[in-house]
Order: sequence, then structure tokens, then C-alpha cells
Amino acid sequence: MADKSKDVSSIYSPIANMNLRTKTLLTIGLTVFILVAVVITSLFINSADITTNFNAMNQPPSFEHLFGTDWMGRDMFTRTMKGLGLSVQIGAGASILSSIIAIILAFVGSINSKLDSFIAWLVDLFLSVPHILLIILISIGLGGGAFGVTMGVALTHWTSLTRILRAEIKQINTSEFVKLSQRFGKSKIWIAKKHILPLVITQIIVGTILIFPHAIMHEASVTFLGFGLSPHEPAIGVILSESMKYLATGNWWLALFPGLALLIIVLLFDIAGENIKKMLDPTSANE
Amino acid sequence: MELKATNISFKYPSAKKYLLKDVNLELDNNKIIGLIGDSGSGKSTLCKILSGYVAKFEGSVTFDGQPLPTKGFKPVQLIYQHPEKVMNPKWKMEKVLAESWDVTDEALKEFGIQKSWLTRFPQELSGGELQRFSVLRSLNPNTKFLIADEMTTMLDAITQVQILESVLKIVKERKMGFLLVSHDMDLVETICDDKIYLKDINGV
Repeated sequence: MADKSKDVSSIYSPIANMNLRTKTLLTIGLTVFILVAVVITSLFINSADITTNFNAMNQPPSFEHLFGTDWMGRDMFTRTMKGLGLSVQIGAGASILSSIIAIILAFVGSINSKLDSFIAWLVDLFLSVPHILLIILISIGLGGGAFGVTMGVALTHWTSLTRILRAEIKQINTSEFVKLSQRFGKSKIWIAKKHILPLVITQIIVGTILIFPHAIMHEASVTFLGFGLSPHEPAIGVILSESMKYLATGNWWLALFPGLALLIIVLLFDIAGENIKKMLDPTSANE
Repeated sequence: MELKATNISFKYPSAKKYLLKDVNLELDNNKIIGLIGDSGSGKSTLCKILSGYVAKFEGSVTFDGQPLPTKGFKPVQLIYQHPEKVMNPKWKMEKVLAESWDVTDEALKEFGIQKSWLTRFPQELSGGELQRFSVLRSLNPNTKFLIADEMTTMLDAITQVQILESVLKIVKERKMGFLLVSHDMDLVETICDDKIYLKDINGV
């Protein structure tokens, strides 16, 4: 096996020489870097700068306009970047809110068995209604816009994390070190803070990151259907629904690039989440 | 000081027969008692009842004439056979000890615990080393009665003697009560002043 390191391919490829930990760290670093870069870029794009230019209408992708231009001559690359930034921000807000809901519900459930059954019932209730329907209802009910969508997504995506945390906390609560802690006169809150929280923090972090892709996708689809962000905002959902009208006239770039960009962002979050999970909870890497 | 069990009867919810029936037991801090019984005879269950782990049983357990407290530090502490189960895997050993009491350096020395072990995680210590921590942790100044449920069964003869000697020294110093549960007859003969066979006091 020692000869392997002298293998031609591995001398010239630094990636092949890395161990799994370095590779995982590198993957996390790269994905997080790209995501942060997208958000920062989008913050520097002023919506007012995406001006109409009727001299450059419906242009296919070129070096001047990487993603082409739309029927009003707006640069699609700028619009897409702005839209992605908006999506990630809404995703962040929604994921963090749903995680907070999940943590509160899971810990409340561990205090009282009746509350616990109620929370289990609530999780089943929310899971039995299609997400998209609930998001639309909540979003419209709260007046639409970024706030409505964020709340809609946040109030529907806490279920899976609640289930995981609830199961984990139950298991830890029956462990002998928690029982012993009670015998040393420690209060339930002390045990929750010192014993349970450090053991479930991995699940909380990874769960929050893994809600991101769902949140972004649902935000985009609700906006696409016209119940989310208002049409003047350069959201990916808005871009995609507008492009529908021009697809028939052959403007394929209007849908392809923004759609692809959204897909890549979602995949990046998924990759980042999975790799962070591997780092924080090495035993899960074998699953 | 007296730990008294009166007419203890217990059966597991899934079982049809009683495991313990009308068990009466009086323990104090003058004598070290050994409780002997076969595997599955209910020794551990009796220990859990005596120390207040199991709450649903018939009969009563009193400590100095009072029922066992439900809040605060419990005066009757139980030491398990498996120390690794009673330690949070993400806690370092110094935190594990500090959860119970501020252990003195003399106590650490008495139990042969090296300072370097304190900064390790439970997985990084052997069974014997962990059991020393587990025993020392239960020797909180507020502990009045110690029940050792097969405390040294998983250890070799030398470690067994070392740990038991340290425990007995502290038990005598602080005038604590001590109940040793074992199926090792030789060990009970050597250490205990008196021995009780569970089958003699169990009315099943």
C-alpha cells in the first residue's frame, strides 16, 4: 500500500492525497464560501440599478449579458443574483424560526407527558396537510410579501426537526446519567441545559441547515404561483413565472439559467448540511 | 440512622408473578450488611426500591423514620455495576465529579485517581478507572447510606480490593450505612459483618 502514494495520479492531484476530514472541511468551506458570496453580491445589487434598456431586448446569453436579457432589456444575471440573495435570506429567516419552534416544542414536550402527546399530535396534523397549501394559506393570511412567505415557511417546516429532537430527548431522559443527576438534586431545567442541550446541539445545527433547501424551494414555488413575494421584486419565483410567457417565443434562457442557479443553491445547502453533519457527528458518516 | 423497608412487594407490569413479596429489611450504620441472591432473584430491583429509583411498589421505605425525599439531594445513593452508563459521554471527568460535589485532593488520592484523568472523556478511561469515579461521585458529604449493587463485579481482584477498602474507610469515617449486594460469597464473607440471603426474606 505504501507504493500507492507514489502513484502518478496522486502526486499530481492534491485532492487524492487528502484524508476524509480535510476533504469534508474543504467541501464545507467551498460551499459556505459560494453561498456567502452569493448573498454578499446580491446585497450590493441595488434593485433600482436593474433598469430597463429597450435597445437590448430579448438578447440570448452573451459575454455582455451572461444569462441574456428579458423583454424589457434587463440583465438576467443581475436579476438572478438578486433573486438568489433574497431566497437565501428568506430561507435563513424561515429555517431559524422553524428551528426555534422545534426546540421549544421538543423541550416543552419533555417536561409533561400530556403536552408531549399534544405535540406529537400537532406534528402529525401539520404533516398530514400538504406543505404548499399551508404556506399559501399562512402567507395570504399574513398579508403576503417577504414577511408572509417567511412565516408561512417557518410555520410549516418545524415538524421533522421536532420529531428528531423529541425522540433524542426522550432517549437521553431515560438514560441512567440523567436519572442519577436527578438523584443529586439537580432541577429539570439544569438537566435540560447541561445534559440534554449539548447532546442534541448537533441535531439542531444540522437540522437548521437542512431546512434551508426546503425553505428556499417552497419560497420559490409559492412565489411562482403568485402567492408569495410581490411581482416587482426580483425573486426567482417571479422570474420563473414571468419567463413562462416568453418560453413559447423561444427565449429559453429566461427560465433555464435562473432555474439552474436555484437548483445549484439548493444543492449547495444540502452538501454543506450533510458534510457538517459528518464533522459534528462522525458516527452518522457510515450510514 | 436507619433504612427500613416494610412489607415490600413488587412485580414488573409485564410479569404475572410477584418478584418480591413482603420483604422486610432493617439496615443501619453500625453493621456492614451483605445481601446475597442468585441472578434474577430481584437483588437489583430491591436496591432500586430502597434507594428510591422505583416509586411504584407496595409497602414502604423509610429513612430515619421519614419517607425517602422526592426533591433535592437523595441521602440514599446507589452505585451501579456499569459506570459507563451513568456518565454523560460528552462530559469530561472533572465535570462528572463536580456534578455531585467538590471532590478534595485527598479523596482523589485515596481512590487512586490521577489528575490527568480529570480532563479525559469517559470513553478514554477503563472500566476500573470509571468505577473509581462513579464511587467517589456518590460519596457526596450529604450521602448517608450507600448501596453498592454488584459494584465491583466487573473488576479484577486487585482493583476490587482497592476500591472497596477506600469506600469502607470513608464509610467508617463518616459513619455512613453501607449495603453490599453481591453473589460473590467470598467477598461478602471478608467484608461484611452480617449477611442476608434474599431468598430467606423474600416471601415469593
